[in-house]
Amino acid sequence: QHKRSGECQNDNCRPLSLSGHVGFDSLPDQLVNKSINQGFCFNILCIGETGIGKSTLIDTLFNTSFDDRVSTHFQPNVRLRAQTYELQESNVRLKLTIVNTVGFGDQINKEDSYQPIVDYIDAQFEAYLQEELKIKRSLYNYHDTRIHVCLYFISPTGHSLKTLDLLTMKNLDSKVNIIPVIAKADTISKTELQKFKIKLMSELVNNGVQIYQFPTDDETISKINATMNGHLPFAVVGSMEEMKVGNKMVKARQYPWGIVQVENENHCDFVKLREMLICTNMEDLREQTHARHYELYRRCKLEEMGFRDTGPENKPVSLQETYEAKRHEFFGELQRKEEEMRQMFVQRVKEKEAILKEAERELQAKFEHLKRLHQEERMKLEEKRKLLEDDMIAFNKRKAATELLQAQAFASTPSVSLKKDKDRKK
Amino acid sequence: MNNKIEAAMSELVPEPRQKPAVPMKPVGINSNLLGYIGIDTIIEQMRKKTMKTGFDFNIMVVGQSGLGKSTLVNTLFKSQVSRKSSGWNREEKIPKTVEIKAIGHVIEEGGVKMKLTVIDTPGFGDQINNENCWEPIEKYINEQYEKFLKEEVNIARKKRIPDTRVHCCLYFISPTGHSLRPLDLEFMKHLSKVVNIIPVIAKADTMTLEEKTEFKQRVRKELEVNGIEFYPQKEFDEDLEDKTENDKIRQESMPFAVVGSDKEYQVNGKRILGRKTPWGVIEVENLNHCEFALLRDFVIRTHLQDLKEVTHNIHYETYRAKRLNDNGGLPPVTTETEENHESNL
Repeated sequence: QHKRSGECQNDNCRPLSLSGHVGFDSLPDQLVNKSINQGFCFNILCIGETGIGKSTLIDTLFNTSFDDRVSTHFQPNVRLRAQTYELQESNVRLKLTIVNTVGFGDQINKEDSYQPIVDYIDAQFEAYLQEELKIKRSLYNYHDTRIHVCLYFISPTGHSLKTLDLLTMKNLDSKVNIIPVIAKADTISKTELQKFKIKLMSELVNNGVQIYQFPTDDETISKINATMNGHLPFAVVGSMEEMKVGNKMVKARQYPWGIVQVENENHCDFVKLREMLICTNMEDLREQTHARHYELYRRCKLEEMGFRDTGPENKPVSLQETYEAKRHEFFGELQRKEEEMRQMFVQRVKEKEAILKEAERELQAKFEHLKRLHQEERMKLEEKRKLLEDDMIAFNKRKAATELLQAQAFASTPSVSLKKDKDRKK
Repeated sequence: MNNKIEAAMSELVPEPRQKPAVPMKPVGINSNLLGYIGIDTIIEQMRKKTMKTGFDFNIMVVGQSGLGKSTLVNTLFKSQVSRKSSGWNREEKIPKTVEIKAIGHVIEEGGVKMKLTVIDTPGFGDQINNENCWEPIEKYINEQYEKFLKEEVNIARKKRIPDTRVHCCLYFISPTGHSLRPLDLEFMKHLSKVVNIIPVIAKADTMTLEEKTEFKQRVRKELEVNGIEFYPQKEFDEDLEDKTENDKIRQESMPFAVVGSDKEYQVNGKRILGRKTPWGVIEVENLNHCEFALLRDFVIRTHLQDLKEVTHNIHYETYRAKRLNDNGGLPPVTTETEENHESNL
């Protein structure tokens, strides 16, 4: 949905009367037809304690059973679960996304309970902003996931808001349209309910919580919207079970003491909620989300990133300058990081080199040492061998000499000496 | 009566300071809801809102002087939205360059308020040397995109950005009966890339039916041969229905051969807009006489919103992308703050 420019009463624009039928009164139809072709998106966030009746109420609102899963009370922290459905009524196609909090209010320490919700809502804004900031973007067929309305389920204690409720709503009221509802309203009597509603609203006002106000600027709906504003928070009962009452089948809850009819305005405000949420103000909820909550997020985010509309002397900064400056800064940052990395790399290489060199040196030293040892050993062995050789030569000489003597002696005294030699040899 | 929809679950667990959540794929079979809920009332809600804000429409007329541009626009909008130049008398000079004159009016019909701006381009094609006479026009068109872009990029944005972008450019072709002139081709070649161009054959009452048909065929052929994509552009047809409807318009009706008039005459007991000649009254809104009614229905009654959307979603986006991508090919925009530019970021 792109922005349409209005302000027909412009400074230099004179009104002119037509002398016949031109045909541009079909313009709203042309526009609506285009929207019908594209389909609509609507995203509802339900916040409430486990078991308070969020899923049942949504089922009842849209007259379908969306999901059967029941959550446990033992979630370690709060999570969000989103599901998208495609619904159709006559020629209108609606992409409905229901986001439920899982485990809300179950933890012993609830300090951080609201944070996942805030983060989720911001994330959807962020996604849209990212798309909007892209150079090549396609906004007109972007699946809008931003939360259009937050149904906050208040426990029907009959006393006042819980601290957690106040804390959560205070953190959300500038980010999303909040419609508080009193859940399981069939547990409160009518008189108690009135008092409860007054107490709740005054608590919200006293704490500066901005809930969604049904708009009263369009004359056709201002009256009903104003009335409905006075009925907030809506006391609702949800049920998908049908019972026969009179001669009709109605959605109801059966108790031993009677039947609570969901669509009976004497019994609860369900019809009011459905009327306001869907039939009268769905488009306004979408518009407020885009024109107010998203714009606020965008502004804060861009300011955080350092963008400004006016320069140091309060002169308007041109788009080109802003982008140039940002690009410059970005590239500067990039270069600096690159340089840093390069330095680090060089440093590491040097270190590694040094280590390797050291290792090499050690290795070399070891090698030299071993070589030396080896040489020494060798020399020693050489010496020993030489000695041994010398010994052997000497021994051989003596042997030869002795054998010669023996041979001579044997030749002179043959037999006796032989025996004597033998004895002597022994 | 419980309707069970099978829906796949997509769990989203947000992490602190996380990257943007990925939009989920919508699941869930189309469910026909039993029991009325009221979702279709959103149409009425939307219609009411748009009626309240009103609409803008900016139409440019380009063509040599004397082709009946002002008359045609006045006939289209049934009021004096464009002041006719009463011919150049000796005191007034033919503008030396193409001038751009934008005049806005507010008109209302059936509860719908429209701010109509007619952008006239006197001097186009009137010089001896008409080289590059489309440049001031292209510059003007880009300036409007620039204005819009500047507003869109602001941190604190206006709720509704004033839209001065040219949604539609009627190009007037001289009814020579032969073919398009080089100037026509040059202009349309350059400008069809930045704006929706609707070529019209002016003063069509100078041609017979056969001459008209032949001329139109020749013009269509020439436009095709020169690769000129006039509105409705083929590449932007959204679906088969669009394509068939637009094909018929592109291949048979366009360029519309029109006659304009702001004078009324009595014909067959009715007062109708026409041109009186010795040989008869040319009825402007009679489809047998000329195609004015086709042009009017096309531009105003069926495709007005689409003209705006194509301008916004395509031409403007193209400009924006080029502009943000290092000023690719576009002349740098000069502002007063350039001298004392100081990056405060």
